[in-house]
Amino acid sequence: MKAAQVIMATGANAAALAVKSARVDVVPGYPITPQTSIMEAMAAMVENGEMNARFIPVEGEHSAMAAAVAASAAGARVFTATSANGLLYMHEVLHMASGGRLPVVMVNVNRGIFAPWTLWADHQDSFAQRDTGWIQYHCSSNQEVFNTILQAFRVAEQTNIPVMVNFDGFAISHCLMPLTLPPQEDIDRFLPPHEPEWRLDPANPSSFSNVTMAAEYAQFRQMLSDDIIASIPLVKQAAQEYKDITGMWDGDTIDTYRLEDAEVVAFAVNSMAAELKLSIDILREQGIKAGLLRPRLYLPFPAEDIISALPQNAQVMVLDRNYNYGHPGGILASELKSVLFGRRNDITVKNRVMGIGGIDLTRRFMAAEIRAMMDE
Amino acid sequence: MTTSIKKLPDIEQVLSGNGACGGCPATMALRIVGKALGSNAIMLLTPSCSVASMGMTPKLGYNWPGINICFATAGSSASGITHAVEILKEKGRLQGELPTVFSWVGDGGTYDIGFQALSAAAERNDNMIHFCYNNEAYSNTGVQRSGATPRGTFTTTTPTGKRQPKKNMALLMLEHNIPYVATATVAYPGDLYDKVVKAKNIPGMKYIEILAPCYLGWQFDMPETVQLSRMAVKSGAWLLWEAENGKISFNNPSSLIISGKKGADPVDEYVMKQGRFNRLLKGPDAESRIAEIQGDIDREIAFMRERAKITI
Repeated sequence: MKAAQVIMATGANAAALAVKSARVDVVPGYPITPQTSIMEAMAAMVENGEMNARFIPVEGEHSAMAAAVAASAAGARVFTATSANGLLYMHEVLHMASGGRLPVVMVNVNRGIFAPWTLWADHQDSFAQRDTGWIQYHCSSNQEVFNTILQAFRVAEQTNIPVMVNFDGFAISHCLMPLTLPPQEDIDRFLPPHEPEWRLDPANPSSFSNVTMAAEYAQFRQMLSDDIIASIPLVKQAAQEYKDITGMWDGDTIDTYRLEDAEVVAFAVNSMAAELKLSIDILREQGIKAGLLRPRLYLPFPAEDIISALPQNAQVMVLDRNYNYGHPGGILASELKSVLFGRRNDITVKNRVMGIGGIDLTRRFMAAEIRAMMDE
Repeated sequence: MTTSIKKLPDIEQVLSGNGACGGCPATMALRIVGKALGSNAIMLLTPSCSVASMGMTPKLGYNWPGINICFATAGSSASGITHAVEILKEKGRLQGELPTVFSWVGDGGTYDIGFQALSAAAERNDNMIHFCYNNEAYSNTGVQRSGATPRGTFTTTTPTGKRQPKKNMALLMLEHNIPYVATATVAYPGDLYDKVVKAKNIPGMKYIEILAPCYLGWQFDMPETVQLSRMAVKSGAWLLWEAENGKISFNNPSSLIISGKKGADPVDEYVMKQGRFNRLLKGPDAESRIAEIQGDIDREIAFMRERAKITI
């Protein structure tokens, strides 16, 4: 048996290496900061023969997702990546991927949305795609990015639902961290070749995404809604089997830290959640029983796992790196309240928006914020 | 020699019983295209008449696997499919002959909303045939102007007649340095058939534009589709040409008009036949507006005559 290899890699490299290990067939790509280096790596690996795949240098993100959707319908395993306005530009085609039940996997490197311009991370872009029918992971380390992309392909191909893997621009995409690469045969064991039930096939002429009558359309929509919720056990199974094969674990639908006896629970996603583990340690040193609950899965929102994980009478401090316009706070807080209502009336939810447009979120700053929220 | 209509293969890829209008030129053209392509092909469609009339999920009235895609994406979607089938074949996951990948798209999906993605696919020289069935308007949504609508045309969004000339899309595609570009129309089925056969056997990007006189949009009598198609060519309003590796040649009867051996018919009769134009005659400026239509046609003939001389 071959041993795992440890290298230094940025989050973008980690993503590219995961896509290579997944033996992807087609990668349509278009550059946008901070995602660009993923597409550069894809182009280079295809060109130098490291990856047996086709790289399609399209002219925009709308076309990137269109080419991805079409290649998937033709039976290929497909990957693309984007950020911010690129993701928004894809919006229409995201619906075609999910409505068409095509298992495309995409990385979105989170970045604040224009206007005005910013290059740095917040989570408005991915959360704004909430209602497109995609499964969404949010990752807090380079290793998790690598691991999650492989899990994403498995879940996507089992459910015929596209999966978006999100992580922060720069804090993850451009920072070097040690990265463990499992042996390729282990990855092949975890992720078998893509064998779609259906594809565009001249031997079996049928229509795809053609006109439907209302009753049939409604049925397609209902199935998508049901199947997204039903993907939760498959997400858990993918995380567990990945752990069994590689020994690595990032949580399944949620990830927790010092949560069991916590009275104050920080609730956040992405890189700030990794930093929050250090804030929790600071708060613990100050005698505050603090813990962390990080939804690794944003969609489907892991309601049951959150409800059962939160300690009795906890104060949950939701730290949102986005705005829920029209409401006084962020989107995660709104999602959390919607699942707790009537189920966990013992829980108090407090909310602050922070880190917008990449404002640095240090452990001390977030520890102080949580302390201040306790007094509200 | 152009293939005679009597010699076209018996194969029918347009199945009987679809929802197109009587005399629909797009369906007529697709039938001829099917005879040239055969059944080993994958079809892409953008929202258009050919989707609205092709039947309900999961069936379709065309004997190919057909995917209906987002309006702006014919170029990029066809790229996705053509690369997918090629790599799957290379990897041994697809057996047999590679299917022809072709888009069947109207002028809206080609000239307007689909222009960017199509231009990029052409620049990449991805292996596909893009067919534009050009009825010179958004017929499916009830006849609105498009970039292919000629000057003087009444549509629901040009209620006093369009003021701008159409663009020459086939020439724009030629300027992408793609290996094959052709124009055709339903009155010349053998010419269309031969062009599709040729395109099918050339690797890379192929563009074939088919003028499709639409009785609804053009406002003529339903049985006169082919007659209008022929009048468009004989008046020079539509030129039949093809370009292999950038070298333009004209096909009969357009070649006679270009060479000057036979003059183009005056546009008057063609205009008078169509409600979309002949409303101009009721206006106080009828004469000058008909002259504009004639002027656009004359300019295009003169321009294409000169453009074809460039053979570098």
